[in-house]
Amino acid sequence: MKNKLLISIAKSLLLARWKQTLVAAVGVTFSITMFITLLSFMSGLNDLLDGLILNRTAHIRIYNDIKPNTSQPINNNKEFKEAHNFIGSIKSDASRQAIYNSGAIMEAIKKDPRVLGLSPKLTAQVFFNDGSIDITGSIFGINSTEESKLYHFDEYVTTGNSADLNKINNSIILGKGLSDKLMVGIGDAVQITTSKGDRFQLKVVGTFQSGIKDFDNVQSYASLNTVQKILSVPKDYVNSIQVKLKDITQAPKVAKEYEQLFQTDAEDIQTANSQFETGSSIRTLISYSVGITLLIVAGFGIYNILNMMIFEKMDSIAILKATGFSGKDVKKIFIYIAISIGFFGGILGLFFGFSLSATIDQIPFNTASLPTIKTYPINYNPKFYMIGIVFSLITTYLAGWFPARKASKIDPVVIIRGK
Amino acid sequence: MNKILEAKNINKFFHDPISIRVLEDLSFSINKGEFVSLTGKSGCGKSTLLYVLSTMDTDYEGTLLIDGEEMPKKNESFLAKIRNEKIGFVFQFHYLLNEFNVLENVMLPGLKLNKYSREEVEHRAMEKLKILGIDQLALKKSNHISGGEKQRVAIARALINEPHIIMGDEPTGNLDKKNSDLVFDIFNKLSDEFNQTLLIVTHDPSFAERTHRIIHMEDGKIIH
Repeated sequence: MKNKLLISIAKSLLLARWKQTLVAAVGVTFSITMFITLLSFMSGLNDLLDGLILNRTAHIRIYNDIKPNTSQPINNNKEFKEAHNFIGSIKSDASRQAIYNSGAIMEAIKKDPRVLGLSPKLTAQVFFNDGSIDITGSIFGINSTEESKLYHFDEYVTTGNSADLNKINNSIILGKGLSDKLMVGIGDAVQITTSKGDRFQLKVVGTFQSGIKDFDNVQSYASLNTVQKILSVPKDYVNSIQVKLKDITQAPKVAKEYEQLFQTDAEDIQTANSQFETGSSIRTLISYSVGITLLIVAGFGIYNILNMMIFEKMDSIAILKATGFSGKDVKKIFIYIAISIGFFGGILGLFFGFSLSATIDQIPFNTASLPTIKTYPINYNPKFYMIGIVFSLITTYLAGWFPARKASKIDPVVIIRGK
Repeated sequence: MNKILEAKNINKFFHDPISIRVLEDLSFSINKGEFVSLTGKSGCGKSTLLYVLSTMDTDYEGTLLIDGEEMPKKNESFLAKIRNEKIGFVFQFHYLLNEFNVLENVMLPGLKLNKYSREEVEHRAMEKLKILGIDQLALKKSNHISGGEKQRVAIARALINEPHIIMGDEPTGNLDKKNSDLVFDIFNKLSDEFNQTLLIVTHDPSFAERTHRIIHMEDGKIIH
């Protein structure tokens, strides 16, 4: 009841000066609109750029690295066990790049509840023969269904169908740049030579555009079986296992665990692509600081308007105090005024912010390197809307607090006797 | 006799720009149902005294009792409650809130008191307006009525919580003869018919003469 009375007084004061109120609210609306739009757009772009690399990269890559053997014979000699041994000219031990016992490892990883999925990969370095020209390139042997499910492989296949890799024997999907150089299209055959000198004929079933031109110039995909055949290796021969986790932030921890468990190398995405993390977080930081600056400016607007209102309403405040409203009540009235400006301005801002980002979402954005993107990217994360409304309430509260305190300290005697 | 208001050894100083003693050791009391006027020349301290008595000015020395209860000097919200419940004010200027209509202006202190429901407060406000003969103005905006009417609305507002005492600071100072008489008649009627205690600051001798008791001040002291 008591607060209801204060709210109704606040409402009357607000409506009595509705033009000023409107200006204050428009300030908040504008800043919240820009805040929402900016963050949605920025984080849409962030997601797009990260997606270029991160979505296609495994969270954990299990492989055998080329490196010196850690257990050198001298260390096993009992006589020098306690000594510090210096060994010069160690050569890397690269006897086998395939993962030992890959079938069992994959079974074990699949059972891990933290894992979303995995796909084995086998890389072959080959030459693409085009008449007298040899083009160096690589073929990734993949399971195209798994690869599409986990790493959106099918999104980058611009012509042809990624599923054909599994259906058609000895088929290949070439990078756009590579297919242009070889001047082949769907249905044509390309000839490759392996590093051991074996020759193969592969049928082109599609081309892909990854968005990174250097990749497209040298890479191609074939099914795992095909690559195993090319390299004449057995069915369980894979040289990396790409694991995707449910929670990407767990990658470093899980990678360490797998390294121990499977006695192989395991690299997490954060270590492999740290520069992307940095880029996104800095872009996010910039958008937040611009958005919050806008809100603070709006806050100063509200502060000014409330100060003016208090100056105009000195008499009313004095009489309210004379007839039994305490300083606290007066303060509450002005805080309610500020917060309602923040609330209604903020809600409108959320609405306009949504509309503006939806509009940007419709603007065509065509770029050769990003075949799947047709319009500007927008991220409609509800988190931004939450932050927007909370911030608008906080800034207007603070903007209202100082004038409200001033109003609560008004001495009615000074005003009334001043007449 | 039932003492509504009692002042004991009230002293007050103004410190800016130099220390001046404006109220010198004032002691007096007002009984229930008395219609008292406080007179004196400009600057003699009568308004200052009224604001001390009204609890709005707490910068004084001495003791103030309202309804037998001593007023603390620090507790601002307690004093606000006392003003709301026990004191009604009428000022020289009406101080109505332009954002509200006449009825709402009268109701505000009643709603603040929060003793009765909104409907009950509205009913009481209408009654007060009827007593003052301005019930037909109830729904008008408070800046759309005449000066005399505004002052009567201010009196109705002072009456809404049935205060122990009504204090007035030159309530007729801004009004012409006709309206002054009207306001006096209202005060008189309140005193006679409703046994309302009134303390009115005025420098209009004809107004003062007609009250039950005159407190005359000179240079911060009560002469009689």
